[in-house]
Amino acid sequence: MAATRAEVCVVACAEAWRGDGEVLAAAMGTCSVLGARLARMTFEPDLLTTDGGALLTREALPLGRAAAPEETEGWLPFRDHLWLVLHGRRHVMMGASQLDRYGRSNISAIGPWERPDRQLLGVRGAPGNTRCGPTSYWIPRHSRRVFVPEVDMVSGVSAADAHGLRRVVTDLAVLDFGGPGRTARLVSVHPGTTVREVLDRTGFELAGAGGEVPVTREPTGEELRLLREVLDPGGLRDREVPG
Amino acid sequence: MGKVTTPDAIAASLSDGMVLGIGGWGSRRKPMELVRAVCRSPVRDLTVVSCGGPDVGMLCAHGKVRRVVAPFVTLDSIPLEPYFRAARESGAVALTEHDEGMFMFGLLAAAHRLPFLPTPAGLGSDVLRADPGLRTVRSPYPAEDGGGPLVAVPPLRLDAALVHVNRADARGNGQYLGPDPYLDELFAKAADRCYLSCERLVDSFTGPPQTLLVSRAVVAGVAETPGGALFTSCEPDYGRDEEAQRRYAASAADPALRAEFFGPGPESGRTEAA
Repeated sequence: MAATRAEVCVVACAEAWRGDGEVLAAAMGTCSVLGARLARMTFEPDLLTTDGGALLTREALPLGRAAAPEETEGWLPFRDHLWLVLHGRRHVMMGASQLDRYGRSNISAIGPWERPDRQLLGVRGAPGNTRCGPTSYWIPRHSRRVFVPEVDMVSGVSAADAHGLRRVVTDLAVLDFGGPGRTARLVSVHPGTTVREVLDRTGFELAGAGGEVPVTREPTGEELRLLREVLDPGGLRDREVPG
Repeated sequence: MGKVTTPDAIAASLSDGMVLGIGGWGSRRKPMELVRAVCRSPVRDLTVVSCGGPDVGMLCAHGKVRRVVAPFVTLDSIPLEPYFRAARESGAVALTEHDEGMFMFGLLAAAHRLPFLPTPAGLGSDVLRADPGLRTVRSPYPAEDGGGPLVAVPPLRLDAALVHVNRADARGNGQYLGPDPYLDELFAKAADRCYLSCERLVDSFTGPPQTLLVSRAVVAGVAETPGGALFTSCEPDYGRDEEAQRRYAASAADPALRAEFFGPGPESGRTEAA
């Protein structure tokens, strides 16, 4: 059975942690959390993952299941996430309400910060995450509302100021910041998506879109089995990224 | 030696213009019964320091807040806090918005009576633009990377703090039994005086000593408030009441629902400071 768009996205998220070794794979969003756990179950077995709460688990857990005591290998309350930000050994995949071609992200507010048109979450840990450790992004709806020429409030810092912006996975494509002057670059488009569609839904110029653009790899049979039978039998991934 | 008191007496001890810290995190183990007492009290012009959730929203909705100091305000299962949003979008409250790590260092600095703590978190972001009072500092020691600037996080000194715990004794010792202490003992230590609410007052504690989170040395009063964190979670005593939280979030756009959280009357649920 062919992989759904959501399953391609999960695997593209998982690839963000390839080669990271024994670090915490911190993730926000369904496909991103699934990606972290799938990476651990396949090509990156030393990753640390949580139960979605304060517990590090002995094995990657199915989505939404709390860890039983015998499934727990460590304790990671919020304060230790903040410690990890400065210490390292953590690669976070965050969401963003806005992301610009320099890699700056905004989760704080839309419009003038002093009196916003739309108050969002606040900067959360984005300034520290991006400045101090490797950061990727997961954007479930690739659109011009998200991919803007310039963010309204810099919550996550630019690729030039960051410790290392690794990749941006969206429902359409994979980007990185390997363009001129560390600007956004198209790395691959998902199967069934065209470069034209990605450009139409991106509010700035995208490097790497001119020539031959690779297609994001398909999940392997084993990856699909783990996703469908073990990690997400309820299909929450398809609710985040409809077929 | 007894410090047992009531939510209304705690609220009555606060004064206008205070810096008030509130423990918990988002929509988790918030001292909601104490927050409701503050909402009922005449106090106003508060600066509220919080890893914000419905505590911030309720106080904003009751016109109690002049400034919010927070890294975020969220209901967790509902990303955005509707009453905080309305207060920000109407210009009713000012905001000091710091990175989470900066925020923890602010409490750490205050708890240790330090003038600042250095961190790279915040550099390159608009946190420094949004808070022009922030300064940077350089290490006096040689550094391999040349020793760039660090943010000098100022202490978050609190006039008072409100914290909810699972168990407490009459002397003001507090115990948490859930998976995460959040930053609660830092709020207690950063404050001139901390008030606890608890699910249950006990004569003595069971469980490992590392669950004894807050010491009576920094606690001024303790109130027994069973269910006192609702509708936020207070594990393992109870999880979040998601249905009540949904009604709370919906009440921002539904006056009929508003009385449930804000009482009857024309003042209920106002989002502008008087």
